[in-house]
Amino acid sequence: MSSHPNAPSHESASQTHHGHSHGHEAAHGTFRSYMIGFALSVILTAIPFWLVMSGAIDSKLFTAFLVMGLGVIQIIVHMVYFLHMNPRSEGGWTMMALLFTLVLVGITLAGSLWVMHHLNTNMMPMSPEMMKNMP
Amino acid sequence: MSQTQAQTHGTDNGKPQFYVTDEHHPEGSTMLGFWLYLMSDCLIFAVLFATHGVLGRNYAAGPSPADLFDLPLVAVNTAMLLFSSITYGFAMLQMERGAKAETLFWLGVTGVFGAAFLGLELYEFNHLIHEGAGPTRSAFLSSFFTLVGTHGLHVTFGIIWLITLMVQVGKHGLIPENKRRLMCLSMFWHFLDVVWIGVFSFVYLMGVLG
Repeated sequence: MSSHPNAPSHESASQTHHGHSHGHEAAHGTFRSYMIGFALSVILTAIPFWLVMSGAIDSKLFTAFLVMGLGVIQIIVHMVYFLHMNPRSEGGWTMMALLFTLVLVGITLAGSLWVMHHLNTNMMPMSPEMMKNMP
Repeated sequence: MSQTQAQTHGTDNGKPQFYVTDEHHPEGSTMLGFWLYLMSDCLIFAVLFATHGVLGRNYAAGPSPADLFDLPLVAVNTAMLLFSSITYGFAMLQMERGAKAETLFWLGVTGVFGAAFLGLELYEFNHLIHEGAGPTRSAFLSSFFTLVGTHGLHVTFGIIWLITLMVQVGKHGLIPENKRRLMCLSMFWHFLDVVWIGVFSFVYLMGVLG
């Protein structure tokens, strides 16, 4: 790269100045963006572990809600800072594929839990006697 | 037709040529293709998560997650995978600078963290099975071993791929082909970390929470 006439002496420079001389414009991260992503991930991992291990909040439902919420936020952080997702990469097709997959994942998860929950609650109640006579 | 083509493309000795040489693989489509593969992989995990969501409370009078899971161990495991993610990021930054030795170094560090993750997971599995909480004990444990085991298998193949690429880079340097492969593995590796977020939140933490 012509902008780096003295590239070897730059070894220790942490802020790699990246030129897009090679063809595709897939966004790569910078040292800064990776570190931001890493710091956010550490925080977003530590909080749910601490919540569950210390039992800081009495309400289990609220804790569960927080754990899942922080998980979702961390997934978004990873998508943005590590996988470099943005609406422009590959002409927007990666984003479209991701959204389509999320719809399918949502249907799969919500549908399975919903259907199976109703199956469970609509099952004929079984007494221990009936259980013993089961084939 | 095929003969004339073979001749026009200058293959000597009249050797048959089974592909059209002048049809170029459009550059840059590999990343989109690989992303689509990852999305299909995401569906596999979604199905396994759904299975665990349905079966995760069926203990068959056996041990529950609170009895079995060692959260500090899971936390260390999570840290290993997170560290491996950031070190892979460093490898990609070095690759962009064209620094071969540094790229190989960071890839090696990534491999070590990945192996540590796998080792801890295998230790946990081994421990569970020896406690009589193997995959055959209850529906909860079957779905647990399937989901976490599938993720572990992905990491295993990721490490094999990583070693292969380290050999390739060592041999041929940072040529465009190797850069493309490294970028695909980068997506794969970060994707596995994303799936692990789901695993530790949904399976371990929610499981222990009861």
